[in-house]
Amino acid sequence: MTRYFLAATVATAAVAASLGAAQAQSRDIIQIAGSSTVLPFSSIVAEEFGQAFPEFKTPIVGSGGTGGGLRQFCAGVGENTIDIANASRRIRAGEVEACNTAGVNKILEVQIGYDGIVFASSAQRADFAIEPVHVFKAIAAQVAVDGKLVDNPYKKWNEIDASLPDQPIALAIPASNHGTREVFQERVIAEGAKAADLPELSKEELEKVTTSFRQDVVVEIAGDYTETLARLQSNQDTIGVFGLSFYDQNRDTLKVATVSGVTPSLETVAAGEYPVSRPLFFYVKGEHIDVVPGIAEFVEFYLSDQMAGLGGTLEAAGLIPAPAEEIAEVLANFQEGKVITVDDVK
Amino acid sequence: MTSNERLALVRAGLSARHRREKRFRFYGIAAIVLALGFVAMLFAMILSRGLPAFTQATFSLDVHFDPAIVKVDKKPVRSSEQSPAEYAKEISAWERKVTMVNWNKVIEAAVRNAAPETTANSREILSIVETNARFELRDMFVADPALLGKTVPVRMLASANADNWLKGNIDRSLPDAQQQLRDPARALADQLMAEGKIRNAFAWHIFTNVDSRSAPASAGLAGAFVGSLYMILVVIVLAVPIGVMSAVYLEEFAPKNRFTDLIEVNINNLAAVPSIVFGLLGAAVFINYFRLPLSAPLAGGLVLTLMTLPTVIIATRSALRAVPPSLRQAALGLGASKTQTVFHHVLPVTYPGILTATIIGVAQALGETAPLLLIGMNAFVAQVPATPLDQSSALPVQIFLWQGNENRNFFEARTSAAIIVLLGLMLTLNAIAIFLRSKLEKRA
Repeated sequence: MTRYFLAATVATAAVAASLGAAQAQSRDIIQIAGSSTVLPFSSIVAEEFGQAFPEFKTPIVGSGGTGGGLRQFCAGVGENTIDIANASRRIRAGEVEACNTAGVNKILEVQIGYDGIVFASSAQRADFAIEPVHVFKAIAAQVAVDGKLVDNPYKKWNEIDASLPDQPIALAIPASNHGTREVFQERVIAEGAKAADLPELSKEELEKVTTSFRQDVVVEIAGDYTETLARLQSNQDTIGVFGLSFYDQNRDTLKVATVSGVTPSLETVAAGEYPVSRPLFFYVKGEHIDVVPGIAEFVEFYLSDQMAGLGGTLEAAGLIPAPAEEIAEVLANFQEGKVITVDDVK
Repeated sequence: MTSNERLALVRAGLSARHRREKRFRFYGIAAIVLALGFVAMLFAMILSRGLPAFTQATFSLDVHFDPAIVKVDKKPVRSSEQSPAEYAKEISAWERKVTMVNWNKVIEAAVRNAAPETTANSREILSIVETNARFELRDMFVADPALLGKTVPVRMLASANADNWLKGNIDRSLPDAQQQLRDPARALADQLMAEGKIRNAFAWHIFTNVDSRSAPASAGLAGAFVGSLYMILVVIVLAVPIGVMSAVYLEEFAPKNRFTDLIEVNINNLAAVPSIVFGLLGAAVFINYFRLPLSAPLAGGLVLTLMTLPTVIIATRSALRAVPPSLRQAALGLGASKTQTVFHHVLPVTYPGILTATIIGVAQALGETAPLLLIGMNAFVAQVPATPLDQSSALPVQIFLWQGNENRNFFEARTSAAIIVLLGLMLTLNAIAIFLRSKLEKRA
């Protein structure tokens, strides 16, 4: 019996020792985290990168949302911090400051392409042709009636505008950990508020009106788009906010709304006609280049024609490619090591 | 009250008592039926969704390694004056060239050869073949460059969208705008299926491949499986000896005072702490303080060990308590020391109990997801971890990730398939536990 316990003790000691060894071991695999919108694209590139460059390991791609990813990114420099943060919005000044405080000074920005944000509803329900102002009136806690701010009285879409279907208002929007939320806020709510005949408001008051939403008809989704989809399936009246690529993969169950008369598609977003689109980014920790092998090659591969270019693999996966000149500029900036500072993003 | 009156009173109440008895039994049976019904419903749902994912639309095509497309030099041969490093460099340069070959053209030619009259264009043809087929052809060629110019039968996976279409996971009556594949591609897939060039074959790659996003049809569980295995190993290696030792000391050696009472209360409390709390603790201690790599099975295993320890300690202590004192007294009476008594006589009797506790704890740890999410194990990892320090995923986390995949039509079934694999593993573990226990009990 004692023999077994001796063996067990030795094994325990071995594991404890490997704890110490882990600290000394250097990382040879690129670690990425962040936006769940960018995650599918980065994962695809990671896999293809692993296939095309057998000398490097396939990078690891985690999620956590843009905010979560950048927080990890700005935790500092070293083995157990990530190398690349995926972001579906630009880095904020506060985040750059946090990075700099933690010793991350070489933040390199890489824009990979564009994404559209769509309003989709169950395929069995009526068509929607919405304007930003409709969404604002449906979602804001307070709206203007006869020039005065009152609590939102609208229960159905056709009460907001007669052209909209007779369907109860229900919306599933991304929570604030998602980069998508910021674009939604800027391009839809802020735009809609301008057209909503609001009374004269101070800047703070306007800010409050455009950021306080009704709690009864709006659900904020902190998880993935599949969670939004599940909401739509449990309440068929819900209109969900999705990325264009997610809608594209689920066209059989979802129906997309036109915004300001434009149907979202690869073409309309690329041409800049569809109003609710945004650039997608990732941020590279310059301090880790050449420490963790393959980062520069990975970025170059990401921006290559066969990946992010027109007709590339990522376009098939739903990314809207940036024009070739734009990609070339992004790549040149990266290769020169152009660092993002607080002033750049103010 | 005469005895007759008393008898009448009892008799009057008797039928009511019998009814109450019957009612109680009925409630009991109803509860069991309800519980079994829920379990049956759950299993029926998972099985009916998951089992179809174990077969997948697979091409059997004759692939011609056309020298006009596969334009590469001969595989370099090591010359006598070359050092191994130089040769390795030359080989990797050659492999890079092979990778750059337009393998999609080879695949397209093979499909066109199988269905010469198709109206589908190149893009549509490639949309029904999984994108990793080109790497499979490359690997074949790298392994055997003599294939150049030859025609060989090759099995290739159909793409996830083609699989959805052929299995009817996507409503076949939907208009073109709502379909993932274009009309000519769908017709081509149907035609090849009818001619037997696409068959529903058993999807072995679910067990042998790692997760994949660029080629979703080829996504498998190998990485997550090995990751889970490493974590279980860490849990067993750490939780069992530490847990059993603490239990033995607390039960047999420790003095009974307020301090040991406090420890006991705390261990019981620890067993009730939600697993997510252990995850937060693990992230703070193992990742931020000890600087263990993110998403490593070692870190995951350590977190799960913390979670399993109370279970093992509590179960071992109750097993020790159940050992009759006469056994200890007899051993002590014959002159055995305290340590000898415990290790030679008391502990062996408790093995079945310890084993059951271990397996229950491990099974619980195996299915745990929440704490792993906090130490970064929900990352996309496309490799099988070689050591517990390599990044990896875990089975329950893989289920979570697949559940969130944007290709719902395909991954709904895949998710259920992963659940079946996980449940299978759990049942196997439990079966082993029962088998070992009955064997050990017989010996004792």
